Amino acid sequence: MAEFTLPANSKVRKGKTHAAATGGKNIRKFHVYRWDQDSGENPRTDTYEVDLDDCGPMVLDALIKIKDEVDATLTFRRSCREGVCGSCAMNIDGTNSLACTSFIDEVKGDVKINPLPHMPVIKDLVPDLTNAYAQYTSSQPWLKSESAPPPDKERLQSPEERAKLDGLWECVLCFCCSTSCPSYWWNGDRYLGPATLLQSYRWLADSRDEHTGERLDALEDPFRLYRCHTIMNCTNTCPKHLNPGKAIGEIKKMMVERR
Amino acid sequence: MTEAYKIVDHTYDVIVVGAGGAGLRATFGMAVKGLKTACITKVFPTRSHTVAAQGGISAALGNMSEDDWRWHFYDTVKGADWLGDQDAIEFMCREAVPAVIELEHYGVPFSRTEEGKIYQRPFGGMTTEYGEGPPAQRTAAAADRTGHAILHTLYQQSLKHEAEFFVEYFAIDLIMDDEGVCRGVMAWNLDDGTLHRFRARMVVLATGGYGRAYFSCTGAHTQTGDGNGMVLRAGLPMQDMEFIQFHPTGIYGAGCLITEGVRGEGGYLTNSEGEKFMERYAPHAKDLASRDVVSRSMTIEMNEGRGVGPNKDYVHLHIEHLSPEIINERLPGIAETARIFAGVDVTKEPIPVLPTVHYNMGGVPTNIHGEAILPRDGNPDAVIPGLMAIGEAACVSVHGANRLGSNSLLDIVVFGRAAADRCVALIDPNSNQPELPKGAGENSIARLDSRRHAKGGTSVAALRGEMQTTMQAHCAVFRTHDVMAEGQKKMTALWAKMDDMGVTDRSMVWNSDLMEALELDNMMLQAVVSLDGALNREESRGGHAREDFPDRDDETWMKHTLAWIDENGKTRIDYRPVHGNTLTDDVKAVPPKERVY
Ligand SMILES: Cc1cc2nc3c(=O)[nH]c(=O)nc-3n(C[C@H](O)[C@H](O)[C@H](O)COP(=O)(O)OP(=O)(O)OC[C@H]3O[C@@H](n4cnc5c(N)ncnc54)[C@H](O)[C@@H]3O)c2cc1C
Ligand code: SF4
Ligand code: SF4
Ligand code: FES
Repeated sequence: MAEFTLPANSKVRKGKTHAAATGGKNIRKFHVYRWDQDSGENPRTDTYEVDLDDCGPMVLDALIKIKDEVDATLTFRRSCREGVCGSCAMNIDGTNSLACTSFIDEVKGDVKINPLPHMPVIKDLVPDLTNAYAQYTSSQPWLKSESAPPPDKERLQSPEERAKLDGLWECVLCFCCSTSCPSYWWNGDRYLGPATLLQSYRWLADSRDEHTGERLDALEDPFRLYRCHTIMNCTNTCPKHLNPGKAIGEIKKMMVERR
Repeated sequence: MTEAYKIVDHTYDVIVVGAGGAGLRATFGMAVKGLKTACITKVFPTRSHTVAAQGGISAALGNMSEDDWRWHFYDTVKGADWLGDQDAIEFMCREAVPAVIELEHYGVPFSRTEEGKIYQRPFGGMTTEYGEGPPAQRTAAAADRTGHAILHTLYQQSLKHEAEFFVEYFAIDLIMDDEGVCRGVMAWNLDDGTLHRFRARMVVLATGGYGRAYFSCTGAHTQTGDGNGMVLRAGLPMQDMEFIQFHPTGIYGAGCLITEGVRGEGGYLTNSEGEKFMERYAPHAKDLASRDVVSRSMTIEMNEGRGVGPNKDYVHLHIEHLSPEIINERLPGIAETARIFAGVDVTKEPIPVLPTVHYNMGGVPTNIHGEAILPRDGNPDAVIPGLMAIGEAACVSVHGANRLGSNSLLDIVVFGRAAADRCVALIDPNSNQPELPKGAGENSIARLDSRRHAKGGTSVAALRGEMQTTMQAHCAVFRTHDVMAEGQKKMTALWAKMDDMGVTDRSMVWNSDLMEALELDNMMLQAVVSLDGALNREESRGGHAREDFPDRDDETWMKHTLAWIDENGKTRIDYRPVHGNTLTDDVKAVPPKERVY
């Protein structure tokens, strides 16, 4: 995957080093991006030594251990700790992923942790996702149909029709994909990015949704959809093993087919 | 000191605190009816704990075989070990059918049957023919990610109806006036560090459970029961907090949940001898007995030396006999979770599991409209004006002493909607909203300020760890007077030690050290109240199993516990009657009897 440039606030200094308590045999270094707007200082990289024999297996376990035992000011989002809420997305050793399902052992050597690339940073590993959320909202991600559903019954959907949604609806909105996409880095204000486009396709693929034409019209624009150049970083990085690159391809196909 | 903080004021008809399933259903239900509504949440809505629910949502749709909401009612009353309020249970089980249909209409991607209907699976304690028939297939599912499917859909509906959100706002306290009316909430915007005072005609707490008061739980890190903490701090009681559900199948070590739906699809438990031991404890329902029953059986197996592993401290859950197609279609999420967190390929090996803290039956006492209750002037059901609670934060009580699996996702949508309907009925958006009392919220800011500058020698994490291990050891699956009294002593000592708290982050923007301190304050209140309630209740019922009082005692204990706590950590306990009556004549109340599976 491409090397990522760091978020705004350009120059990142070398920061403090926190040695592990003595006696540990399985010490690993974690280099973690730090920035606190209240301090008025430039960003820095702090180094924490962690004894892996006394730590859970995931990168999130190490971050929590650092926060609990060494440096309570270290700031990151987390909630479910099992890869379903999408809170703990960050750049781990050059790859965007969820810290709670990333094994420390899968990183060779020192572990470098940065916020999701090319997003404004609020503090440390907490990026500002306002724009990404607004783009998701702009795609009108809800079921739209003209015909009223049967009053006391579900709409019918065959298992085959339902299967078309698999690989789409499971998205946890972590934005690992969008923030790994070069097109999104440079045109994030106008290009919707893979996360939102995957959700656009989720509704295009739903047999119950009746607004296909209108949804495609909204994407017919040089930027919103067509900035995707099939670089496939998105699919390679998705921690839920979804395939936004393919979904975008499907939307483009639908565009061609309706011409 | 408070002068240093700038406060931003807001006025709404309704403030909903929490954007899990309960909070979202309430929020857009009000927004759509024209009430000026805002939802405050400490995490982005789709990151709320509801997203983690796996197995499904119960409703007697009858898509797989004949079903009847009255049978669902019966199962829930029995599952609750007769501590549930039968009028509320009737309301929930009857509303279940339209509520789940409504979710489908909103777009929830339910799994489907061959005919294209919503797929339903068996779940623990769900039977037919008032317990006499075969297990019911009642739990509607979207693979094993039903919570994700429902929460995302409810958020999408909120977007459709342009509901207003305050995301990453941490609610600190209720604003109460001298008449005991709730008038709003104080909140802290993590993203820019500002403080906010929300004035509202109604505050709806939908802040979820407090699983994180324990060392090992299936719930999220954010499950700290802040709403319950806010209510207790306001001098109001919690109900039935001693009833804490241990889910039989948390992954050994990590604590992540493996849904009961696994056993619904044919999975089973074995001990170190390879015996399917549930056949001995629950000859009829076996592995699909109620959760309290299965968790106790597992604990007995481990205590008697038939646990698996070097320390004999877990048992095995098997699904290797299921076809890979079934696993892939219906249980893909747990296959992934087991691979990542237990290193197990479920198509080949069993999963190591043990009973793990999972759900809080207790919470803010409410009626079936979600209105919070405070017994007054001889009326055990008197409401607190301006305050509601829904979802896991509430105790309606539909789950009584033990919740049936898949009844909570149901609870959150049914009572989320009921609360919205009630607000629409009660609130006249054109009437004048009175001013807040002078100095409203100043106490809360002072509290936040003192935690922010806490200079003691013990970190928030160390204090929290002590609370969690104490609760884990002294308020577990089986309880005795001596073990709990010992726990009480430790909690008293820990309460004093909270004065030695040290917070190192002094900033206001995303100060998660401070947020965790405030969450710990909330959890401490709940932990003490739970432990004291458990010590006080000298009987065994549902999730509360006393070795020294092994039987249910309806004579003395067929009543809800109400527990208050003062600023010194001293609790006071009182009671409320259980509603043994139904709401209508459509179903007959179930008189208490022995509970066997
Ligand atoms: C792993 C797991 C699996 C489960 N599976 C099932 C299942 O299959 N079926 C079933 O019926 N039940 C299941 N349950 C139970 C069920 O998921 C929960 O009880 C239910 O989702 C709770 O929903 P809620 O809306 O009450 O709260 P939550 O979803 O917990 O939401 C709480 C909300 O409150 C907000 N909040 C909390 N504190 C504050 C604060 N101080 N300030 C601002 N906002 C705050 C949070 O941001 C969040 O939005 C499961 C539970 C677990 C732990
Ligand atoms: S495939 Fe498209 S969306 Fe994905 S990374 Fe490449 S350009 Fe971005
Ligand atoms: S597609 Fe994958 S990477 Fe992108 S937001 Fe969804 S879960 Fe995250
Ligand atoms: S904490 Fe929820 S995805 Fe990592």
